[in-house]
Amino acid sequence: MIDNGWDEFEIGAMLRSFDGAVKDIATTLQEDRPYSKNNSFTASVADWRIEKPVFNKDYCIDCQFCWIYCPDISIISRDKKMVGIDYDHCKGCAICVEVCPTNPKSLLMFEEKMDEDEALAGWPEKENKEK
Amino acid sequence: MAEKMELRDIEVWDGNMAASQAMRQVQIDVVAAYPITPSTPIVENYGSFLANGYVDGEFVMVESEHAAMSGCIGASAAGGRVATATSSQGFALMVETLYQASGMRLPVILNVVNRALAAPLNVNGDHSDMYLGRDSGWIQFDAYNPQNAYDLNFIAFRVAEDHEVRLPAMVHQDGFLTSHTAQGVHTLDDDTAYSFVGDFKPMNDMLDLDHPVTHGVQTEEDWHFEHKARQHHDLMTKVFPRIQAAFDAFEKLTGRKYNIVETYNTDDADAVVVCMGTAVETAVEVSNELREEGKKVGVIGIRVIRPWPYDQLLDALKGIKAIGALDRSSPNGTFGMLYNELAGTVVNGDEKKVLTNYVYGLGGRDLLKSQLREIYAELLANAEAGKPTTPLQQLIGVRGPKISFH
Repeated sequence: MIDNGWDEFEIGAMLRSFDGAVKDIATTLQEDRPYSKNNSFTASVADWRIEKPVFNKDYCIDCQFCWIYCPDISIISRDKKMVGIDYDHCKGCAICVEVCPTNPKSLLMFEEKMDEDEALAGWPEKENKEK
Repeated sequence: MAEKMELRDIEVWDGNMAASQAMRQVQIDVVAAYPITPSTPIVENYGSFLANGYVDGEFVMVESEHAAMSGCIGASAAGGRVATATSSQGFALMVETLYQASGMRLPVILNVVNRALAAPLNVNGDHSDMYLGRDSGWIQFDAYNPQNAYDLNFIAFRVAEDHEVRLPAMVHQDGFLTSHTAQGVHTLDDDTAYSFVGDFKPMNDMLDLDHPVTHGVQTEEDWHFEHKARQHHDLMTKVFPRIQAAFDAFEKLTGRKYNIVETYNTDDADAVVVCMGTAVETAVEVSNELREEGKKVGVIGIRVIRPWPYDQLLDALKGIKAIGALDRSSPNGTFGMLYNELAGTVVNGDEKKVLTNYVYGLGGRDLLKSQLREIYAELLANAEAGKPTTPLQQLIGVRGPKISFH
C-alpha cells in the first residue's frame, strides 16, 4: 500500500477497518475479524515502549481488572481467562500492574529488553502485610 | 413527510431568502449554524421552515462558526445532505474546518454572504472573506443577484454531491447588496427543485455499520502529498465538466443560462473589466451605455472562482487588448487576486494584453457608474497605446490623495 500513487486509493481522508462487509463484529474475536491492512490492529504501534508488563500466570486469579482497565485493548483474555499481553499495541503505561490485586502481583513492569523467563525467575515473593 | 410550500412563479425575495428557499427545497438532513450579519436570515428562515414542518431534518444550534462547520463535517461524514451559511468573521473562524471538509471530500454546501473582515469592524459587503477561502479546496460559485443565489444553490448541491466530485462548495453573494435587496426571483416548484438535485447518495458513510470506516485520518510525509495531489487533480479536471453539465441541465429545465465565465459585450471588444458579485451588473449597465456611444467595451464576470477557469478565460479574452481586474478586497501588500490570476492566465498566450488592477468598494463602499466610466476610458487608452497609461494598481473611490502603485 505504501507504494500506491496519488491515483490509486479511495478519496477522502478515510480508511476501512475491514476487508469487505462485516456482520456482528462486536461478537467476533479479534483474531477472527477480517481486519484490513489499514487497520492499526495489523500494525505494531508500540515501538516507543521502554518498559513492558510481564504476566505471571502462577499468581493470576482471572479477576479481569487488567483487561477492563487497559486503555489500549492490549490485555488478551479469552473466556474470562487471562492469556497474555499484546506487545504490538501495549504502550507500557503500567495501569494493568497498578490495578492487579494479587500478592505478589501477577503483572510487573520490566525493562523492554528483559528476557521473559529471566523476569519470571526473579519474581518477588508474597509480601507479608501488617494488619 | 415534509410539507410542500406553494410558491408563485415569481417571488419577491432577497438573496438570503432565495438561498434559504433553495436549501428548503433540496431537503437538507443537517444544518449546523451560528448567526452572523449579513447571512443570519438564511439559517433563520431555514429554521422557521423546519419548525413549521417544511423540512425533515435537524437544525443544530452551536457555539461558534468553527463548531457549525465541524457539525456539518460530522453529519456529512455520517452520510447526510448538509449545508450552512456564514459571513466575514464567522467565515474566518471556519477556515480551519474548511480544509478538513475538502480534504475529507465531504460535499458540504456553504452559503457565504460576502462581508468585509475587521479591523476596523464592518458589516457591509466586500470580497475579503471570499478571497480568504480560495485555497481551501472548495468549489466557489459567485452569485450576482438573488436569482443567481437561488439557482446556484441547486447547481452546487448537484455538483458537490456527485461521486466523481465529492468536494464541498460555496455559493457567494454580496452582503446587503444581494442578501438584503429584494428582487423578483423565478422559482421552481418543490418537486422539480428536489428532483434536479436528487436524493443524497452517501459514500463511505459512518452510519454504514457493515462497512466501518475511519474518517479524518492522519498521514505524514509518506501519504499527505498523495492525498493533496488527488484533491487538486480532481478540482482541476473533474469539476468543470460536472458544472457545465449541471448548467446545461438547468438551462433545459428553467431557460436560465449560466456559464463558468460570463461574458457581456465582449465580442469585438477592445477593453473589458473582469469582476465579481454585484459589480458585474453595474459594469454591464455602463458597458451597454458606452456601446451606444460606439466604445468597444465589455464585461467578464467570474461565475466559478475555484477551480479557476483558465481555459474559459483564455477563450473569453481572445482579441481583447486591455483588461481591468476589479478586486473588492484589500490585497495588503501585492496586486489583487483577480489581477494575479489573470496575469497567470494570459502571460503565456500569443496575444499581448495590457492588464491593470483596480481595488474598489471595500467595506461596502459603492462602486459608481461614473467610476466605471473612468476605468473604461483608461482601459481604452491602454488598448490604444498597447501599454499601461496608468499606474498598474489604483484604489478607487477612497477619500484623500490619489493612491496607486507601480
